[in-house]
Amino acid sequence: MPELSYLEAIRSGLLAEMRDDPSVYVFGEDVALGGPFGVTQGIAEELGSHRVVNTPISEGTVMGVAIGAALSGLRPVVEIMFVDFITLAMDQLVNHAAKLHYMSGGQLRVPLTVRVQCGVQGNMGAHHSQSLESWFLHVPGLKVVMPSNPADADSLMRDAIRDDNPVLFVEHRGLYFTRAEVPEGGSGRAMDRAAVLRSGTDVTVAAVSRMVAPAREAAEALAAEGISVEVVDLRSLVPLDVETLVNSVRKTSRLIVVHEAVEQGGVGAEVAARVQEQALYYLDSPILRVAAPNAPVPCAPPLENFFVPDKERVVAAVHRTLASQPA
Amino acid sequence: MNFDTAWKAGIQGRSGAENMKAAKQGSAKPATRHDDSSELLSLLRHMWVIRAFEEKVSALYAAREIVGLLHLGIGQEAVAVGVCGLLDTDDLVYGGHRSHGHAIAKGADPNRLMAELAGRFTGYCRGKGGSMHIVAAEAGFVTASGVVGGTVPLALGAAFAAREKGAGRVAVVFFGDGAGQTGPFHESLNIASLWQLPVIFVCENNGYAEFTPLSAHTKVERLAQHANTYGIPGATVDGNDILAVRKAMGRAVDNARAGKGPTFVECLTYRLRGHYEGDPGKYRELSQLADWKKKDPIARFTRVLKRRRAASAGDFEKAESDARALVDAAAEFALSSPWPEPEETATQVCA
Repeated sequence: MPELSYLEAIRSGLLAEMRDDPSVYVFGEDVALGGPFGVTQGIAEELGSHRVVNTPISEGTVMGVAIGAALSGLRPVVEIMFVDFITLAMDQLVNHAAKLHYMSGGQLRVPLTVRVQCGVQGNMGAHHSQSLESWFLHVPGLKVVMPSNPADADSLMRDAIRDDNPVLFVEHRGLYFTRAEVPEGGSGRAMDRAAVLRSGTDVTVAAVSRMVAPAREAAEALAAEGISVEVVDLRSLVPLDVETLVNSVRKTSRLIVVHEAVEQGGVGAEVAARVQEQALYYLDSPILRVAAPNAPVPCAPPLENFFVPDKERVVAAVHRTLASQPA
Repeated sequence: MNFDTAWKAGIQGRSGAENMKAAKQGSAKPATRHDDSSELLSLLRHMWVIRAFEEKVSALYAAREIVGLLHLGIGQEAVAVGVCGLLDTDDLVYGGHRSHGHAIAKGADPNRLMAELAGRFTGYCRGKGGSMHIVAAEAGFVTASGVVGGTVPLALGAAFAAREKGAGRVAVVFFGDGAGQTGPFHESLNIASLWQLPVIFVCENNGYAEFTPLSAHTKVERLAQHANTYGIPGATVDGNDILAVRKAMGRAVDNARAGKGPTFVECLTYRLRGHYEGDPGKYRELSQLADWKKKDPIARFTRVLKRRRAASAGDFEKAESDARALVDAAAEFALSSPWPEPEETATQVCA
C-alpha cells in the first residue's frame, strides 16, 4: 500500500474518478495551477485543461455554474478555497443545489461535489480559519463528509463524486501533510458510516476531522490510567451514523463529542440529541462537548492555541464524565 | 419547432414524453429566417395560450382554488414566445419567479403546469415546487426560481455542459430588470464572456423591481449597457413587439450555435398585473397602465397579422377560443387531480 499525504489522497480519489468518468470536471480559483495547496496539481496536464477550469473570484456564480452543469449531466467538483468564503455561495448551495431534486418532484438531480478546506492552521485569523460544517446539517438535501485521514480522504472523495446529490467535502488544512497508507483503488465505501478507530469500554469519544488525532492521543494517555476509551471517527455528518454511536454508548454509557467548530449549534449538539433519543437510559452521565469557545477564531498564537481543543481538554472531559454519577 | 407540437400535445392530451419525441424529429433550423403565415399564426396562438392560462390562474386564485404567491406575466407574452419559438426542446431554458409563460412557451404541458400551481400530485413537481419553482425537464424548461437573478449562473452551467458535449445546444435565461443589480448577474456576464459560452441573457425589463421603478435602483437606464461593459453583444428591443424580439433572438441563437458566444437581449415590456396577485399596485399610475394596455402585445401582433393578411378573422378568433378551451381543460385536469399524500412530504429529499 502506498503511503500518501492527506492532500495527495484527495488528489488520488479525484483523479481516479476523473480518469474513470469524462463527465467529472473541476472548477475553482487557481485550480489549473494546482490550487493554493496543490491538491489539483498535474490533473490539467494529464486530462486536459478543459477538465480543470480556472474561475474568477466569483464564488456564488461559480457554484451556480457547477450546479447548472450538474443539471446538464456533468459531475462537477467545485473548490471553494477556504470554507469562510462559502458564505458567498450559500444562496446557490442552499436554495438550488440542495432543493432542486425535491422541488422538481425528482425530475432533476444535482451530482455535485463541493471541496472546501477549513480549520485553524497558521494564524490566519477569523476569515481563513473557521469550521462551518454545522450550517449545512440544517439544510435537507445536502450531504456533509469530513475525512480525518488519507485513506478516508481518498475513499470519501470517490464516494462524493459518485453520489447523485450535492456533497460538501470538508478538508482540514492542518491535515494536508499528515501521511498514512492508502489502499490502491480506494478502501471501499466510507460515506454514511462512522468508523470505530479504537475499541473501549468506559467512555466513547466521537470526534470530527482533525479532532480525531487528539481524541486518539487522549485515549492512549488514559489507557495508562486504566481508563478504556472507544474512539469513533464520525466521517459523515449527513447522513449521521447514529447506529454506530448508539451501539458504542450502550457499551460505554458515556459520550463525549469533540469538534474544532465552536460549541454553540455545532455537530456535538446534533449528536447529543440523536443519541439520547435512542440511548438515554444507557447513559450514566450527561453527554459532553469538547469544542472551540464561542468566539470568532483569533489570530495571535496564544489565543489561537487556546481556541483549538487538544488532548488535554479531551482527557479533562473524560475525567469529568467519569466523576459524574447518577444521583 | 416544439411549439406546434406542444400546442397539439395539449389539445390531443399527449404525454410530455411523446411531445418531446415528436419535437425531436425536426432538426435544428437556422433561427434567422423569414416567417411564413402559418408560423406567424402559431406564434399568436401560443401568446394566447399563455394569456388564457394566466387569466385562468388569476381567476382560480381569486376563487381560492389556487393558493400561494403568484407572479403573473400578463402583458409580457411576446418575450416568452418570441424567445422560445426559436429554440428546440434540447435547448435549455431557465426562468425566474414570473415564469409560467416561459415554461408554456418552451413546450410545458399546460395540464401538468396548472396541476403544479394547484398543488396536485399530477403536477410537474408533484406539488412540491409550486408557481415559483416550476420544472418541466421534458420540455427543456430546467427550472424557475424564487431567488431574483438566481438562475443566471445556472444557465451558464447548462451552456458550459452544452459546449463540452458539442451538440450545438444553447442555454437561455429569463430575468427581470431587478436582477440587474445583483452580484451574480455581473459575475455571470463576466464569466459568460470570458468563456464565450453559448448562453443568451433575456432581460424582461418591465420597469419595476417589485414595487420600485428601475430609476430608483440604478442610474443605468438600459440593462443592455452592462453587456457592453463585459464585451457581450447586446440589444434593447421593444419587448411588446414579438417580431422585434424574434429578430434579435434569431441572431443571438445563430451566434450561440455557431460558437460565437453569448448575447444579451433586453426586452422593454410591462406587466399588466401587479407584482404578485393581490398587489394593490399603488406605486403605479393608472394612466401608465392604460398606455401600456394600448401596447398589449397580443392585440398589436393581431393588428400586424391583419395588415399582412396573414390569417382570416376566423383564425384570430379561433386562436383565442382554442387557447381558452385548452386552459379550461387544464384547470379541470388540475382541480380534479388528487392532492399529494402527506407521507410525500419528506420523500425525494435525496436522489
